[in-house]
Amino acid sequence: MEKRVIFRGWLLPICLVAPQLIISIIFFFYPAAQAVWQSLFIPDPFGLSSQYVGLGNFEYLLGDKYYRASFLTTAVFSVLVTFCSMIPALLLAVCADRLIKSSGIYSTLLIWPYAVAPAVAGVLWMFMFNTRVGIVSWYLGQLGYDWNHVLNGGEAMGLVVIASAWGRISYNFLFFFAALQSVPKSLIEASAIDGAHFWRRFFDIVLPLITPTAFFLLVVNVVYSFFETFGVIHTITAGGPQQATTILVYKVFSDGFVGQDLGSSSAQSVILLVVVGLLTVIQFKYIEKRVHY
Amino acid sequence: MGNVVLNCVKKSFGSTEVIHGITIDIKDGEFIVIVGPSGCGKSTLLRMVAGLEVISSGEVQIAGKVVNDKEPMDRNIAMVFQNYALYPHMTVKQNMGYSLKLAGHSKSEIERKVSATADLLQLSELLERKPRQLSGGQRQRVAMGRAIVREPSVFLFDEPLSNLDAKLRVQMRLEIRQLQRQLGITSLYVTHDQVEAMTMADRMIVMNNGNAEQIGTPLEVYQKPETLFAAQFIGSPAMNIFDAEIQNGCLILNGLALTEVSLPDGKVALGIRPEHLVPSASGPIKVSLNNAEPLGANTLLYGNIKSSNEDITISMPGVHEISENEGDKSFGVEKAKIHLFCPSSGRRL
Repeated sequence: MEKRVIFRGWLLPICLVAPQLIISIIFFFYPAAQAVWQSLFIPDPFGLSSQYVGLGNFEYLLGDKYYRASFLTTAVFSVLVTFCSMIPALLLAVCADRLIKSSGIYSTLLIWPYAVAPAVAGVLWMFMFNTRVGIVSWYLGQLGYDWNHVLNGGEAMGLVVIASAWGRISYNFLFFFAALQSVPKSLIEASAIDGAHFWRRFFDIVLPLITPTAFFLLVVNVVYSFFETFGVIHTITAGGPQQATTILVYKVFSDGFVGQDLGSSSAQSVILLVVVGLLTVIQFKYIEKRVHY
Repeated sequence: MGNVVLNCVKKSFGSTEVIHGITIDIKDGEFIVIVGPSGCGKSTLLRMVAGLEVISSGEVQIAGKVVNDKEPMDRNIAMVFQNYALYPHMTVKQNMGYSLKLAGHSKSEIERKVSATADLLQLSELLERKPRQLSGGQRQRVAMGRAIVREPSVFLFDEPLSNLDAKLRVQMRLEIRQLQRQLGITSLYVTHDQVEAMTMADRMIVMNNGNAEQIGTPLEVYQKPETLFAAQFIGSPAMNIFDAEIQNGCLILNGLALTEVSLPDGKVALGIRPEHLVPSASGPIKVSLNNAEPLGANTLLYGNIKSSNEDITISMPGVHEISENEGDKSFGVEKAKIHLFCPSSGRRL
């Protein structure tokens, strides 16, 4: 039975939702509205006045090859981050789930990276892979591989993907672990009697049962890689080399606050908003159909 | 061949032993019911046969081979779970065919076997449905089908009917029994319901606190219970147990001689089934009745023995009513229908 609370009068319910509403309005709706408004103007070089250009900013952006390249970069980046954070998380969760005794300790330890702020995680990974003093790049050098993410775009992409995915593994692990624990024991036993070995059981029985969780994580991780990875990219590569790691959200920042082109930057954030909105709708509409049994 | 041998099978969790050595030789095609109150270890015993629990000591043989260290899938068994454990994302057909698919049967063969089993269980209409679209009884049938389709040498049932309503339970228990006879597959069936045990078993194991109190046919257990526990657990309403005494070869209940017995003097526990008490004016058991439950075909009378105030239940055929002033009655019992137990060990005397 669902329990509903019924309030008499309006004051109390309004007071209860007000904090959330006020925060959303001040930090989300107001800036979003401003972005939409500003995307219609071009400010002069000194920022003293601005001129209405209609959809001119958008027109310019869509014709800009750097902007289109950034789209591709973002797609590659978000696919990589999502996979690199979900698959190891699932693997770790499966391992922790098999433990009977000390799974509590393992899961607690596995959650720790989530407590590290993205920017800090970025610095951490940057030091490990530093071309001169980094321990990982030193070992790679010993193996004969010359690691240099400052010059090599592919390596830079790899590094920001690892740094972004690392902390995220903890978050995904937590959800996967809970989902695995909620798979009924008797189903596992039934499939063991039916003749399925561990991995067969995992793919035939367990995985289909945890797809709702996996789908939720997919949506959350894509949105994460679009927005929250800013700190990591800013600390490690600052979008370079040669814009190889300039994802859309980073371009918003660098064009707007470094390049001082607020009109274009606003237009970009409007496009980003639409893209993420569309992605989420598509994911919910098409993939969700297949995950509910 | 599907004979099963349990040889002094024990189970311990850490240092606590929960099953203290069960030995039984189950013939091919026999239907064995393991019955007992919750927590007596009956499910654990079944799960040890299935291979879902490690056997701490002793030996389990299936079809002549020791299977202690074999995986569940290598024991050639099938199990029906209490909550059915159907795979929720698969259709009935896929659920039933899953084990065959894993065993590497061809598609056409799976199709043939599944549809034959579905016919047997009247599931043919439901093959394309998912488990959530089925009623409790249908799910139960699918779980049965999933077990049957593999043609195992042993069926294991873990309280399969306890999630069904009373009427369906009676129907399903008949069906399971008929199917089992028809297929002739050795079965172990766990239940806490003594009626299921009585009606379904070829032989039953009455379990209590990890011990097999008695192993025997339902009528053996009913007519000649080996222990006080078996006596009280099997039979409904439960057997009356009184403190009695033997003096000079005479069984004495509350100062009145009941019958002559050839046992040494001392205290005994006297058991009389409610249905074996018959009213007789000169009967040695004087009862003040205080309640009657008419069940239609018979009536259960509740009261106290006059001198000792012990509770007593009497089952009489037909309808009886008790009025305020005629609540006192005398009952007698045939000598052959009394059971005597040692009050300390609980063993039959």
